[in-house]
Amino acid sequence: MQWDIVIGLEIHVQLATRTKIFSGSSTAYGAEPNTQANAVDLAMPGTLPVPNEQAFRYAVMFGLAVNAEIERRSMFERKNYFYPDLPKGYQTTQLERPIVGPGFVDIDLANGETKRVRIHHAHLEEDAGKSLHEDFHGMTGVDLNRAGTPLIEVVTEPDMNNAEEAVAFAKKLHGIVTSLGICDGDMSQGSMRFDVNISLKPKGSETLGTRTETKNLNSFRFMEQAIAHEVERQMDILEDGGTIVQETRLYNGDKDESRSMRTKEEANDYRYFPCPDLLPVEIDDSFIDEARNSLPELPDAKKARFMEQYGLNDYDAGLLAGDSKLAAFFEAAAERGKDAKLASNWVQGEFSARLNAEEKSVADSPITGEQLGDLVVRIADNTISSAGAKKVFEALWTGEGESVDAIIDAKGLKQVSDTGALEAMVDEVLASMPDQVAQYQQESDPKKQKKMLGGFMGPLMKASKGQGNPKLFNEILVRKLGE
Amino acid sequence: MTISRKDIEKVAVLARIRVDDEQVSALEKDLGNILDLVDQLGAADTDSVEPMAHPLDAVQRLRADEVTESDQRERFQAIAPATENGLYLVPRVIE
Amino acid sequence: MHNKSVAELSRDLESGQVSSVELTQQFLERIRQEDSKYNSFITVTENQALADAKAADEQRAAGHATPWTGVPFAHKDIFCTNGVLTTCGSRMLENFVPPYDATVTANFRKAGAVCLGKTNMDEFAMGSSTESSFFGATTNPWGLGQGSKRVPGGSSGGSAAAVAARLVPAATATDTGGSIRQPAALCGITGLKPTYGRVSRYGMIAFASSLDQGGTMARTAEDNALMLNVMAGFDPKDSTSIDREVPDYTAALNEPLKGLKIGLPKEYFSDQLSPAMEQQVRDAVKEYEKLGATVKEVSLPNAKLAIAAYYVIAPAEASANLSRFDGVRYGYRCEDPKDLMDLYTRTRAEGFGNEVKRRILVGTYALSAGYFDAYYLKAQKVRRLIQQDFINAFKDVDVLMSPTTPSPAFNQGEKTNDPVTMYLEDVFTIAINLAGIPAMSIPAGFVDGLPVGVQIIGDYFSEARLLNAAHKFQQVTDWHQREPQ
Repeated sequence: MQWDIVIGLEIHVQLATRTKIFSGSSTAYGAEPNTQANAVDLAMPGTLPVPNEQAFRYAVMFGLAVNAEIERRSMFERKNYFYPDLPKGYQTTQLERPIVGPGFVDIDLANGETKRVRIHHAHLEEDAGKSLHEDFHGMTGVDLNRAGTPLIEVVTEPDMNNAEEAVAFAKKLHGIVTSLGICDGDMSQGSMRFDVNISLKPKGSETLGTRTETKNLNSFRFMEQAIAHEVERQMDILEDGGTIVQETRLYNGDKDESRSMRTKEEANDYRYFPCPDLLPVEIDDSFIDEARNSLPELPDAKKARFMEQYGLNDYDAGLLAGDSKLAAFFEAAAERGKDAKLASNWVQGEFSARLNAEEKSVADSPITGEQLGDLVVRIADNTISSAGAKKVFEALWTGEGESVDAIIDAKGLKQVSDTGALEAMVDEVLASMPDQVAQYQQESDPKKQKKMLGGFMGPLMKASKGQGNPKLFNEILVRKLGE
Repeated sequence: MTISRKDIEKVAVLARIRVDDEQVSALEKDLGNILDLVDQLGAADTDSVEPMAHPLDAVQRLRADEVTESDQRERFQAIAPATENGLYLVPRVIE
Repeated sequence: MHNKSVAELSRDLESGQVSSVELTQQFLERIRQEDSKYNSFITVTENQALADAKAADEQRAAGHATPWTGVPFAHKDIFCTNGVLTTCGSRMLENFVPPYDATVTANFRKAGAVCLGKTNMDEFAMGSSTESSFFGATTNPWGLGQGSKRVPGGSSGGSAAAVAARLVPAATATDTGGSIRQPAALCGITGLKPTYGRVSRYGMIAFASSLDQGGTMARTAEDNALMLNVMAGFDPKDSTSIDREVPDYTAALNEPLKGLKIGLPKEYFSDQLSPAMEQQVRDAVKEYEKLGATVKEVSLPNAKLAIAAYYVIAPAEASANLSRFDGVRYGYRCEDPKDLMDLYTRTRAEGFGNEVKRRILVGTYALSAGYFDAYYLKAQKVRRLIQQDFINAFKDVDVLMSPTTPSPAFNQGEKTNDPVTMYLEDVFTIAINLAGIPAMSIPAGFVDGLPVGVQIIGDYFSEARLLNAAHKFQQVTDWHQREPQ
């Protein structure tokens, strides 16, 4: 049987405010346990919440960036449940009147098509603390530093139909919130967490199937794997004539396994009701205008500009523009290097590969965009070969040299581009390889001829001690062999 | 309106309050009486009446995003039932 | 000395007739000798009080005195006091010493007042008799002379009894459904519940957040005004506190009452009221007429639904407010919990008393799936109807007057087995909290040798007018000066 996959996402985005949503405690990551949990965060008796204006500003900026209506009079509700990392015994969140109403985001797919994913709403709420299950002789330790960190929870419509679309949406959203500067985007620290709702229905059917929710995925890769895993699990059940149980599941990315959460838990009944400690929040035109005026260039606009200004193709422009830090790095390299296409290739090639290999973010890069731009200049003006450029890049990365030119000098990577000297070397090498020359000249297929050129390049590079300009060598070879 | 033993047991679990069988019987009567009192609300005509969550028609003030709190862990944990290495301890939580 | 008002003590301190240390010692001695009869205090902070008194005397000598500098008083044990046990009348907080002050507590500290201790109360302010306290019931000083043990009312029964017994000249209190006015009436003293939002709730342990309001208890209206001068005001730590100018509440006390328009809600003079009670209220209203007020009947058609609406809204809010008492970060924790569920359910079963548990369960039920609309939402709609009744009434009159309670103080144990009968104690006070308007109870005579109160209800932020009306009445009557024997 053929199945349609239906996917909706709920994304928790930690806002990069200095303080918590309802108290003046710091939200800085990595502090000693419970040193950033004050009386309000600990739900000490009699303490009361006072909302952070910046959280609202960020939420409004987000709303504007996803083409959404801003709720002019939003409210907070209490969501009641007991858990050790939830000090008040309820989470303060928004249900009836979330700050961000319906909106949408367009995503680019690999086949070149664009797809619109609708956003149902986004609401402000407080994060919970963390439970640590190790090393306390059978007890769980609770750290409430994170309790009260502001979140926006973005809820999409079930508009995605495969893992690729879901991941593309997630990446797009990541690009938006980091471009806005409202989230640091650091997934390894839990700054963005994804819940994936998945259901299957017979191909073409109008009726949605029963869905499951896979919670707390904290990387794009795990999200992709978890979707594949869950789709397969549901398909197996359905094709065996079984039924899907509506439940929350946990996915273990390391083992590619999932299991049902809270199996024996009584049906949740969160008993939402308006929080009597908080009043309706009125957002007026001037607040919205101010937020609108503070919006930076967003990924879609940036992509269009990269295509226009730098002549990048759709794919490259989209990829670079999707990550604000990478985009800034690219622009610095392109401006300095004067060859945007080459800069783009290096940023997406060597530079990104190196970041991935070392699990670093752009912010942690040991080299600057300007340095890469200097390198691009030297590649473009033929001072160094691409092999030499890789050596310069390596030296820059490991901090071996002051500047690109200093490294080129120190390592003797400057190419020989003096045609006279190169021609002499070619003559010498051809003279020493008469059989190969004859073979080449007898060959009628230009493709095979091209391949055979490689056989001369090795000895030529050897003769030039690796410093001959390969492009020029190639030109001279073709000319001389054709004579 | 009557409230059943099953309702009371369910609500007690939601509220995380242990009740034994004897207490359930007493609660059945007491909560039943309270709900009878509350059922008078049904007599009111509230069509087209807006619910009222706050006595005053005021709007929320927002706070500037400035850190005003410092580390007071020691003072707060001095009154905690069980802590270790700065963490609050609870019986093992199984997710 | 112990019969003097705050205003009088303040003048004595100012004239140097007495020092704060002397005053504090005398009141502490009275508490030591007398309070075993009443159990009005949970904690007496002797050493701290004497140290504060000494500091107050120094402040005064240095010329930095406020009207409160060196004046002894007490806090209801619902206000968090930095470094001093704060129990809220519950086993749950039997050993809870907060490392922070409530805003009200801090305000009195700043004014230089000397807190002698923390007064008894119904557990988490849920009750009308101060019998549900984990620290034992408080006894009304008024019944004892007749050989009966009467309740002082509640939940602020400890504060009311302590003021009536002259153990302190004034005490803070809170009122969610009548918890200031009802005990004030039953103990023959004067109490004021301000407009919701007038006094900060920060550090005042929450029962029902949209109804709770801190207020004042003393023997005279003037002392209530002096207290409110310290307590009222905007607090950035309480989102529901109102940023509005605070007048000097003593300034208008002596304004003439000529032309004051008094409304008598006919629903509050129904057959629920004994003829003797009604007579006392009618007599008080006659005094007002003599002072130049005019009287007319008004109607609050939805007032009869107030108790029903209240017993949905208050328990619903309480059920969430009290979830934080989970045995994890502070307060009571059961012995040897075997798992997390056991920790929660046993801590809360053992730490809370029966009335608190009943209300948490009712509130949980009212909010649960399937009942939310019929109970919670309906109650909120009725709440608006009740508020509208008051708004309409105040188009015609300046204040409303009614009995504070349906009867004088009842015997201890009389209503403890029947929660609903106990709830009816607040039949005249509860609608005021739903509307959020201010109201006072002032002593207005005796029935069967026990004090009864008249309730004066005002429009939003009309505290100064209420205090003025109460003060003028107290200039021509002496009910508030009567001392229990």
